[in-house]
Amino acid sequence: MSEITSSAAAQLAHEQERGSKTVFGFWVYLMTDCILFASLFATYAVLRNNTFGGPSGRELFDLPFVLVETLLLLTSSFTCGLAVLAAHRGHKRWVLNLFAVTFLLGLAFLTMEITEFRHLAAEGHGWTVNAFMSAFYTLVGTHGAHIASGLLWMIVLLPRVVRQGLTVANKRRLTLLSMFWHFLDIIWIFIFTIVYLMGAL
Amino acid sequence: MQESETQQNTSVERQGGASHGTILSYIAGFVLSVALTLAAYFTFTNRTLTDPLLVSVIVGLAIAQLLVQLIFFLHLGKESRPRWNLVAFMFMLMVLVIIVFGSLWIMNNLDYNMMSPKETDNSIMKDEGIYR
Repeated sequence: MSEITSSAAAQLAHEQERGSKTVFGFWVYLMTDCILFASLFATYAVLRNNTFGGPSGRELFDLPFVLVETLLLLTSSFTCGLAVLAAHRGHKRWVLNLFAVTFLLGLAFLTMEITEFRHLAAEGHGWTVNAFMSAFYTLVGTHGAHIASGLLWMIVLLPRVVRQGLTVANKRRLTLLSMFWHFLDIIWIFIFTIVYLMGAL
Repeated sequence: MQESETQQNTSVERQGGASHGTILSYIAGFVLSVALTLAAYFTFTNRTLTDPLLVSVIVGLAIAQLLVQLIFFLHLGKESRPRWNLVAFMFMLMVLVIIVFGSLWIMNNLDYNMMSPKETDNSIMKDEGIYR
């Protein structure tokens, strides 16, 4: 009896150790991704006035459109957080529903971003026009690519949760996914402020 | 109470020493974030402030929202000690500041040194308040 308990306790401690290392490792990845975005922000800040005679952000950006994008992403970050909370309380149905909402909001955000890019490119403001547009597409597009990979991650992970249920490993994966999603929301706050609001000044 | 808390602290679910927060903390974080986003947006579109002041207000609101989301959504600083997540975050901030402000500083300086003679004259006259 006591042997079983102690081996179970050892396994528990082992799982915990592993989980804690995984979460910290993922956190370090997020921090390096922040550095990537910092260098893209620095590039944008340096090149933002180099429009080569073309229009600046003031003429190009549609602020109400971007506000809607921001609110969509913010709400998806909220539902994602609630989903992980539900996961740790073992409510599988809530986890799936809330992640479905998160996925749809993320997809709506990405669709809006692609629409904006297509719209700009169709009007002759592609990424090859000037240094400002190159820096803009690189920064915002890198964020969009991260959103797309987050959506892909959800497509891969959620069927696993449906099949295997809320196992320790799946809960850990959901935790990591939510950290990634919250992190993308934080990056977007700065894109919204620095690129769109300050760019329209 | 004390025991159940300790048990919760040592359970597998408490991964990475990070806490998960409560529904209330998520709602608070969400409401604050929406409020700060709308505040930034409407402060900007109203244009009642002068430009330099407007920029500092908007950046201040963005930093406030960063803190709100770090605390309420990512639970930074609420993990158990030692707080390696916080240490990694602080180091990232230091590198970020060096990259962003270093780039701006260097590129501005380069811009200044790459001016044509005419641009140099104009720049010096502007700095010294000389008009022709």
